[in-house]
Amino acid sequence: MTGTSDGFVVFDRVQKSYDGETLVVKDLNLSIGKGEFLTMLGPSGSGKTTCLMMLAGFETATHGDILLDGKPINNIPPHKRGIGMVFQNYALFPHMTVAENLAFPLEVRKIGRADREAKVQRALEMVQMGAFGGRRPAQLSGGQQQRIALARALVFEPELVLMDEPLGALDKQLREHMQFEITRLAHNLGITTVYVTHDQTEALTMSDRVAVFNDGRIQQLARPDELYEKPVNSFVAQFIGENNTLLGRVKEINGTALVELDDGEVIDAIPVNVRNRGDRTLVSIRPERVEIDPKRLTPGAHLIHAEVLEFIYMGDIYRTRLRVAGNDDFVIKTRNAPDQRRLRPGEHIEIGWLPEDCRALDAP
Amino acid sequence: MSQMDLPPYATTGQRIWHYAFYVICGLIFFFLIAPILVIIPLSFNAENFFTFTPKMLALDPEGYSLKHYQEFFTSNAWQHALWNSVKIAPAATLLAVGLGTLAAVGLSQEHVPFRRAIMAIMISPMIVPLIISAAGMYFFYSRIGLQGTYLGVVLAHAALGIPFVIITVTATLVGFDKSLTRASASLGANPVTTFFKVQMPLILPGVVSGGLFAFITSFDEVVVVLFVGSANQQTLPWQMFTGLREQISPTILAVATILVVISIGLLTAVEILRRRSEKMRGMSPG
Repeated sequence: MTGTSDGFVVFDRVQKSYDGETLVVKDLNLSIGKGEFLTMLGPSGSGKTTCLMMLAGFETATHGDILLDGKPINNIPPHKRGIGMVFQNYALFPHMTVAENLAFPLEVRKIGRADREAKVQRALEMVQMGAFGGRRPAQLSGGQQQRIALARALVFEPELVLMDEPLGALDKQLREHMQFEITRLAHNLGITTVYVTHDQTEALTMSDRVAVFNDGRIQQLARPDELYEKPVNSFVAQFIGENNTLLGRVKEINGTALVELDDGEVIDAIPVNVRNRGDRTLVSIRPERVEIDPKRLTPGAHLIHAEVLEFIYMGDIYRTRLRVAGNDDFVIKTRNAPDQRRLRPGEHIEIGWLPEDCRALDAP
Repeated sequence: MSQMDLPPYATTGQRIWHYAFYVICGLIFFFLIAPILVIIPLSFNAENFFTFTPKMLALDPEGYSLKHYQEFFTSNAWQHALWNSVKIAPAATLLAVGLGTLAAVGLSQEHVPFRRAIMAIMISPMIVPLIISAAGMYFFYSRIGLQGTYLGVVLAHAALGIPFVIITVTATLVGFDKSLTRASASLGANPVTTFFKVQMPLILPGVVSGGLFAFITSFDEVVVVLFVGSANQQTLPWQMFTGLREQISPTILAVATILVVISIGLLTAVEILRRRSEKMRGMSPG
């Protein structure tokens, strides 16, 4: 056992294979603190849902241990784990009313009628659905069903709640509202939450920490701001947020990296996971960190020539596509401010960025 | 009907086909129902004939009577047969429903090995010619002392009813959302509670209609009971069969009418249940 053993939920060298040959989850080590909101983020097939299902007990780990509050749970059936779960399609029992759905976990725990009713009502009020106890799930909208599913997962006061893409079926506005509500509830109740999603905005806005999954491994486990600003490899940089990439080769490396781009331009960057001179590298720069007004640039910024290819008006921001160092897909975002210039396609301009916003990552 | 109305741009050919379609449907219905409908007035025949008498055709009240019904309810042989059927059919139904539902639930799980083969074997009584099943059961049941017993007839009829239960329950399970059982487990319910509180109420319509088919199978069955049963286990269909061969009494028509009424009642029950279940399914999310 390593230093990860002190968490509330611990994955210790967990592997999972469905067919005995290919590993869906490869050597997963993860420690989740009590009360933490952790999101497993990744493209489909990255192993994140499998991890959640192993934690819930619906899949068994091929190798390794899963610990809950210090105790291994590999041999405990799902119904004895006491973990609340919100399913992607809500999984409300259609033949029961909302109140009966919520009372179900209390009934199987042999909680007395009066106590049960009080808890059900409290849980319904918690999700602002107090008046809906007598309805059937089909009589509710998607967002309302979502709230009921959430209340049902919380009504028996579990210490750990798992959520499997619970907002996937809702429209954008409702989704944003529910994101806020779920985080608020989780923090108020002090529950440990493991949340699975493929939506990076959801992951960034809701979580204390995010585990980015790809190819059965955690690529990076970090706070949202760190994840966005300091991605540790090119997969994370490209998966989280929008990202400009320039391919090149490391020319020199000591503290900072000197990168010679493929068109001969030489730039400074922070070396992240390049080690040696001559390594191929992918330099990543966030669109909002590129400046087009030379007057606003602080000294030390790197200036580079760019040709405007496309200008898109998006309301709050302008999105401009440029050709930079041979890359036709270099995007910058500028705020729609009174003094902001609107660039025209065909224009040749100078753009600039700070070397510390420029990260030299592994070339995929 | 309004959906079946001809569109204004229909060609002559389409118009002809449109009306021909109704005629064909009507003929099919007539072909199916006429033989059943014709026995109903005949069962009220005042004479011991299988044909319409002149008095009946003249709608003379004297041409009609309830004497065949009276015969049915007072004759020892018929009453014995009725009670045998009433005892055997429900017992066979209960057995078929219980075992068939368990089999369907079990076979719906993906990890069961050879599920297709097992399913095929369980359904075989429906496909194998009845006379072959009956003969096989006769020899097998004689060996183990079940031939000529109530238990033997009940078991034989249950075996015939099980395929219907398996098929209807499997069909309902196809629409069953598996995440509901997972949800139930995550809420702390053990597999048995989950089965009775979550799965069973949702597949109940399938279970009931399967049970109904099983009941009617047993209630109408004549071949197997002839082989497996003895005079003691003579059921209604058996009595009708012997009645036809030996005495040709219109009492059979009275019995047939009663059975038709019972069947219609049962089918109505199924239909009501099916509608209820559809409503419930429409209510299931996703």
